[in-house]
Amino acid sequence: MAPQMVTANRLADGVVVYLAADGRWRERCADGHVVDDRASAAQLLATAEAAVATCDVVGPYLIDVVPGDGGPRPQRYREQIRAAGPSIRTDLGKQAEGY
Amino acid sequence: MYTYDAFDETFVTERVAQFRDQVARRLSGELTEDQFRPLRLMNGLYLQLHAYMLRVAIPYGTLTSIQLRRLAHIARRYDKGYGHFTTRQNIQYNWPALKDTPDILADLAEVGMHAIQTSGNCIRNVTADQFAGAAAGEIEDPRIWAEIIRQWSTLHPEFSFLPRKFKIAVTASPNDRAAIAVHDIGLKMVRDQHGEVGFTVYVGGGMGRTPFIGKEIRAFLPKAHLLSYLEAVLRVYNQHGRRDNMFKSRIKILVHEIGADAFRERVETEWAAIKDGPVELPAEELARIAEQFAPPAFETLAAVAPEFEMRRFEDRAFARWARANLFPHRQPGYAIVNLSLKPEGEPPGDASAEQMDAVADLADRFGFGDIRVTHEQNLVLPHVRQKDLYELWQALLPLGLATPNIGTVTDIIACPGLDYCSLANARSINVAEDITRRFSDLDRAHDLGELKIKISGCINACGHHHVGHIGILGVDKKGEEHYQITLGGDATETASIGEIVGPAFSAARIVDAVETVVTTYVGHRAPGERFLDTYRRIGMKPFKDSLYATH
Repeated sequence: MAPQMVTANRLADGVVVYLAADGRWRERCADGHVVDDRASAAQLLATAEAAVATCDVVGPYLIDVVPGDGGPRPQRYREQIRAAGPSIRTDLGKQAEGY
Repeated sequence: MYTYDAFDETFVTERVAQFRDQVARRLSGELTEDQFRPLRLMNGLYLQLHAYMLRVAIPYGTLTSIQLRRLAHIARRYDKGYGHFTTRQNIQYNWPALKDTPDILADLAEVGMHAIQTSGNCIRNVTADQFAGAAAGEIEDPRIWAEIIRQWSTLHPEFSFLPRKFKIAVTASPNDRAAIAVHDIGLKMVRDQHGEVGFTVYVGGGMGRTPFIGKEIRAFLPKAHLLSYLEAVLRVYNQHGRRDNMFKSRIKILVHEIGADAFRERVETEWAAIKDGPVELPAEELARIAEQFAPPAFETLAAVAPEFEMRRFEDRAFARWARANLFPHRQPGYAIVNLSLKPEGEPPGDASAEQMDAVADLADRFGFGDIRVTHEQNLVLPHVRQKDLYELWQALLPLGLATPNIGTVTDIIACPGLDYCSLANARSINVAEDITRRFSDLDRAHDLGELKIKISGCINACGHHHVGHIGILGVDKKGEEHYQITLGGDATETASIGEIVGPAFSAARIVDAVETVVTTYVGHRAPGERFLDTYRRIGMKPFKDSLYATH
């Protein structure tokens, strides 16, 4: 299967986040934990669901990622926009913070 | 303009307190997301691609300068310094934090605003002609009735869980600027042969994946019976509309499936039972609401201001703006002024907090503090003295609000698309921006005449692509953005649904394809013909031939 990671939105402010290897939620896609087998993906999603229960995030799901210069990045353009910010306002979103 | 009374104020204030409690319980974990989602949606709060999105209702697109300043304040304090005016005459904030939304709603409530029923399967914000109360040829101010509908439909217990969302639009002019033909109910104010004013009622219009033009089910409904008749329509829909399939649940599908005649019969039967009952509006309440829409204190002026004529003669740029962005006012010596939110290379409908504040100030200085939002995503100052127009124009120029392009090829409607929306398949704002760059030559744009391009990033059609003269629909083809073109759509009193021209174009080709369509029109147009006229005369084939000859 394609390499994957888990993304969600932070409950309190809606910011897009990625589940890191240490179990914390990071704002940079490149900091997300990449898995490449189904069992690990299911386990990662289960960890994310626990974070839903504790009101850290909402709506976690798996996305396909590909290797990039600065670390993994989303494969689909929908997720690329979500990871960076609006393509028509590069002064906004994570792209504005240098992510 | 309608001002909240004590009842309205108490209602929205209590609602804010309720939502504050609901947000606190969600953040503490007392409410799950499944429990909370319908509560936040009832208050206009979505979760979108990057963040939450708050959709604030602007009833019938009318704002006071005080309200617009408050919208600017919210953009500045709780968001990222801007807002997006939508095709439903609302405003959306793209970045609010959940924890801040109770404070935002409290700030809105202080100026008589809220976000109630901007989502969910209920009667949504009622829209109207943006020139209401100002347009020459208008029968009467349709906002009186839009406000009555707003009050009747707000938290209506019977219609809070309809099969699907429900949109009502009202106009009182022969020129339909409110797109009533593509609403669940479209109301057009008319006079009967005795001079009595009432409504022609259209039902079952809509866009989305199954577009329809609304069908007339009553040629003349006396004003006094509006609410009982609407109640009858909604009851028939609520009872017979499909709840088993979301894609077939709008009233347009019901009207289409059983036919307009059968639908009309059911409505008439229901209406006979409730007509003249308690839902009819008492005359004194009608008078109370109507008096709040009394015209402002217009001065008695000559039909044409010499200062205005002189400036038009002397200043070519001003003349161009006046030709494109002004509309005739019913009061001699006044004009309706459109402020374009479509500058070259910028997102259609976006306004910064600074622009909103400046427009509020200009509305106070030149236009009785009255501002309108159009479904085509521009702003309007409806009552400006002709002799003030040059000064107003000069003030608008540095604000980026004087682009002279109303109704032209660059006055594009675009939904937020994949840059913001979690439902979108493709981006739409970037396509709009690229088209405005391609057609940036104002002489060329004006030579092309009225040409409405409307862009949606998915089949839900928030960008009204079905009724664009040139419609553009973003689709996902194997993970890549593509764009399908429709031609011949029309949202006005001669409404029609556009026809698909052929296979979709890649993102790299779509602007060239639009230019090919435009060039084909120029090559075939007869003197004085608009794009739509030419299309209706020559049909699809010449456009198809030129598009796919080079594809």
